[in-house]
Amino acid sequence: MPDLSSNCAGIRSPNPFWLASAPPANSGAQIQRAFDHGWGGAVWKTLGTPIQNVSSRFGAVDVGGTRAVGFNNIELITDRPLEVNFREIYETKKKYPAHAVVVSLMVETREEWKDFIKRAIDSGADGLELNFGCPHGMCERGMGSAVGQEPKVNEEITSWAVEYSTVPVLVKLTPNVGDIVPHGLAAQRGGAHGVALINTIKSIIGVDIDKMVLEPRVGGLSTNGGYCGAAVKPIALHMVAQLARSAEFDIPISGIGGVANWRDAVEFILLGSSSVQVCTEVMLKGYRIVEDMIEGLEEYMRSHDFATIDQMVGKAVPSYSEWGDLDMNYETVAKIDASSCIGCQLCMVACHDGAHQCIHQDEGGSRVPVVDESECVGCNLCQIVCPVPDCITMAEVDNGFAPATWNQHMAGQGKLRPKKGAH
Amino acid sequence: MSKIANERAENVFTDFKAPYTPAQALVEANRCLFCADAPCIQACPTGIDIPQFIRKIATGNVKGSARTIFDSNILGMSCARVCPVEVLCVGKCVYNEMGVPPIQIGKLQRHSTDVAFDEGWRFFEAGADSGRSVGLIGAGPASLAAAHELRRHGHACTIYDKRSVTGGLNTTGVAPYKMKADRSADEVQWVLEIGGIDVQTGVEVGADLSWDELVSRHDALLLGVGLGPDTELPVDGAQLSGIYGAVDFIERFKLGAVDLSDVRRAVVVGGGNTAVDAVRELVGLGVAEVTMLYRGVEAKMSGYAHEWAAGKLEGVRAHWQAQPVAFEGQAAVEGVRCLRLDDQKQPIEGSEHVVPADLVLLAIGQSKLEQLLTGLSGVTFERGRVVVDEHQATAQAGVWAAGDCANGGKEVVNAVAEGKRAALAIHAHLGGS
Ligand SMILES: Cc1cc2nc3c(=O)[nH]c(=O)nc-3n(C[C@H](O)[C@H](O)[C@H](O)COP(=O)(O)OP(=O)(O)OC[C@H]3O[C@@H](n4cnc5c(N)ncnc54)[C@H](O)[C@@H]3O)c2cc1C
Ligand SMILES: Cc1cc2nc3c(=O)[nH]c(=O)nc-3n(C[C@H](O)[C@H](O)[C@H](O)COP(=O)(O)O)c2cc1C
Ligand code: SF4
Ligand code: SF4
Ligand code: SF4
Repeated sequence: MPDLSSNCAGIRSPNPFWLASAPPANSGAQIQRAFDHGWGGAVWKTLGTPIQNVSSRFGAVDVGGTRAVGFNNIELITDRPLEVNFREIYETKKKYPAHAVVVSLMVETREEWKDFIKRAIDSGADGLELNFGCPHGMCERGMGSAVGQEPKVNEEITSWAVEYSTVPVLVKLTPNVGDIVPHGLAAQRGGAHGVALINTIKSIIGVDIDKMVLEPRVGGLSTNGGYCGAAVKPIALHMVAQLARSAEFDIPISGIGGVANWRDAVEFILLGSSSVQVCTEVMLKGYRIVEDMIEGLEEYMRSHDFATIDQMVGKAVPSYSEWGDLDMNYETVAKIDASSCIGCQLCMVACHDGAHQCIHQDEGGSRVPVVDESECVGCNLCQIVCPVPDCITMAEVDNGFAPATWNQHMAGQGKLRPKKGAH
Repeated sequence: MSKIANERAENVFTDFKAPYTPAQALVEANRCLFCADAPCIQACPTGIDIPQFIRKIATGNVKGSARTIFDSNILGMSCARVCPVEVLCVGKCVYNEMGVPPIQIGKLQRHSTDVAFDEGWRFFEAGADSGRSVGLIGAGPASLAAAHELRRHGHACTIYDKRSVTGGLNTTGVAPYKMKADRSADEVQWVLEIGGIDVQTGVEVGADLSWDELVSRHDALLLGVGLGPDTELPVDGAQLSGIYGAVDFIERFKLGAVDLSDVRRAVVVGGGNTAVDAVRELVGLGVAEVTMLYRGVEAKMSGYAHEWAAGKLEGVRAHWQAQPVAFEGQAAVEGVRCLRLDDQKQPIEGSEHVVPADLVLLAIGQSKLEQLLTGLSGVTFERGRVVVDEHQATAQAGVWAAGDCANGGKEVVNAVAEGKRAALAIHAHLGGS
């Protein structure tokens, strides 16, 4: 039986699944309900000087009939009275001593940080998360991503927090930067015990083309919001992996961004996260998604011989290489399984119009297309568009060439196979 | 335990609802909305968490999907095939409200449970030995579900069945285009793998084994005896050959060979689900002309509309508002003499006529088992059913009843739900928490 318990920067939880600081973690009653469903931890909705929210707060991108593939919000931090939040943190911790309750904070002055940190810890917080990531509203007030975008400020505020805190401190990073690494390193220099990323990405989710106003519409106006949900996972994975592979960066990571099921969570863990946070999928489907996440992770660990989460963390990081170090002689070609092909020919049009014009109609008259393997560059496009699972596979070709990278080639070593499809 | 014969007339049938390929299951699973307080769950007598098991198919967690199903319904594999989903879960899927085809819950459930059987996944273990023993009479769905649940709580179980095969009507009665006898036998085997369930076949309680003896052997009893034999039609000519009870006839072709080469025209008397199954089965077995003969009108028949619609497509004829008054023939039946009935089901004078038939199946109900159970004192009856409370307890302390014998004849899934409920009550009675 694999052990799912997690330890992220000294914050322990029965499993690595935490609610991200957001509406699902807005109150004690919600978080307690989530723990009953199986969530291992929660990052409380960011506390700060209470604000007021606007009406109409969220927008979403639907793709091909699938609702809310991407999601955005123009919501701010908590709008509930601080005393109420602190009291509920206390009550929650008392009822659920083994679960992780992390308190997210976003304030301005050193005095405020000191005061909020003390109150959070007095309430029983297992850890703190410094919200340097909110891309809207708060930055105009000199908080949130405005802090996260300035490594110096980040480092300084982190060092205050670490000074005042007796529990682990995570710094939540904003993705609204060119390169995440300096920001992770700034948090590390400030003494953070770990980082959490990503927060939401600056975005405009859409335009009401009849009213000619951005969405989500607040009367006749709107503003840029924070993008999240399934669509942002690739960006989040990249940022997590960038930090995980950085030689100087060596503090734990709590991964966030587009996690919808156990597979997504496994990806984050393999790229270096020791806990995984979820917001949007819970907003869309409810706390009950965690049942499958726990079961799926457990089965994955069993089938891959992992006894603990620690053994998994970062397992895929070494595979993250530079382009110049990839083997140029590794060759694949598309193979179509004629018995499962349904003859839609999406692969053919994709290859013709978007790749290398090497999938053709069968001259024998069947609807199953034919791959001209001598021209196939192994780009994967046909496999990506094929609606039938496992119908198109990318088969490795033994071309007789020893591995050789571009960097070796530039250094005058290694022999590259002849280019394909480049005429 | 006895084996199911290989040569069975039912083998000519193929699945009316073909199984999903993994690709099809994925497409369908991804359509499910993962409703909250889902109406499909409410419509399932065993309360399977349908959205959860479907979501698990979509995420690739088929093992977890199967666990969710079996956790609520240990006969989830057969229920996936035999449940009338059109009037249960699928009928309540919210997509119906939108005019979009509802989620094929039964087929998805079949997908997950078939994979579980193929992979040999086991999800449950017997509880620590409680030292108590329960006797279960009948090896049908009710007793099997109860015994499995009792084993999870550590109680020893003995199941007695008068037949040589186990599984009850799931093995001997269910239409072969839904499930064949060998698949039901596989399921019984799978359920028994929890261990500690002794199955004694060929033992008719009340005849081979007295009720008193049974009471003395066990700390609690569960009646899962189902219904009695087909009701007969006591009219002139009832003794002619070629006239069978429908359930009895179905059992014959499900478990062995039948010779219908001389049968050109068959009549099935009745308008319930057994009648609708029987007509479709006779068509499938190759009878050229099959007629359902029913006292009422089409709109009032108790057989499911979706099943009857399928029967009509398969070429079954119907003879509405007709009452058999005699069977015609020398030694073998040659026809059914009928009277026409009016809308009040009163015979219309001068309407007598003969419907030719060289095979007649009577599907006008199964008798209740009151006589059989008279040897068991204290148990009470109402309209032939064993009277039970909301925990399936009978009027006799220490005796519970579940399935057809208690509900008067419903579905497999009801028998499973009641069996499990009885098991939990028995467990509480035996001192469990
Ligand atoms: C023709 C037909 C088709 C059906 N089709 C469907 C369908 O498609 N889907 C569906 O959900 N339901 C169907 N049903 C209903 C379903 O089969 C029953 O509701 C279900 O099997 C009831 O389970 P049970 O355990 O109560 O009884 P049964 O399945 O009837 O099992 C009772 C068992 O008790 C044994 N027994 C009886 N008396 C004694 C005794 N004295 N001593 C020892 N053993 C005894 C019998 O041999 C039998 O094995 C059908 C029923 C019939 C008749
Ligand atoms: C409506 C909404 C409100 C949010 N509020 C906060 C917040 O108060 N503090 C914070 O650190 N992050 C906040 N977030 C960001 C989430 O915690 C999370 O980092 C982000 O949504 C990416 O994860 P996801 O793809 O699982 O949603 C919010 C996100 C949403 C959608
Ligand atoms: S989800 Fe609830 S709070 Fe939000 S708009 Fe709808 S009814 Fe109002
Ligand atoms: S996309 Fe797939 S299914 Fe469609 S023609 Fe190509 S190989 Fe066949
Ligand atoms: S009602 Fe239909 S869509 Fe909703 S959960 Fe059930 S099967 Fe899925």
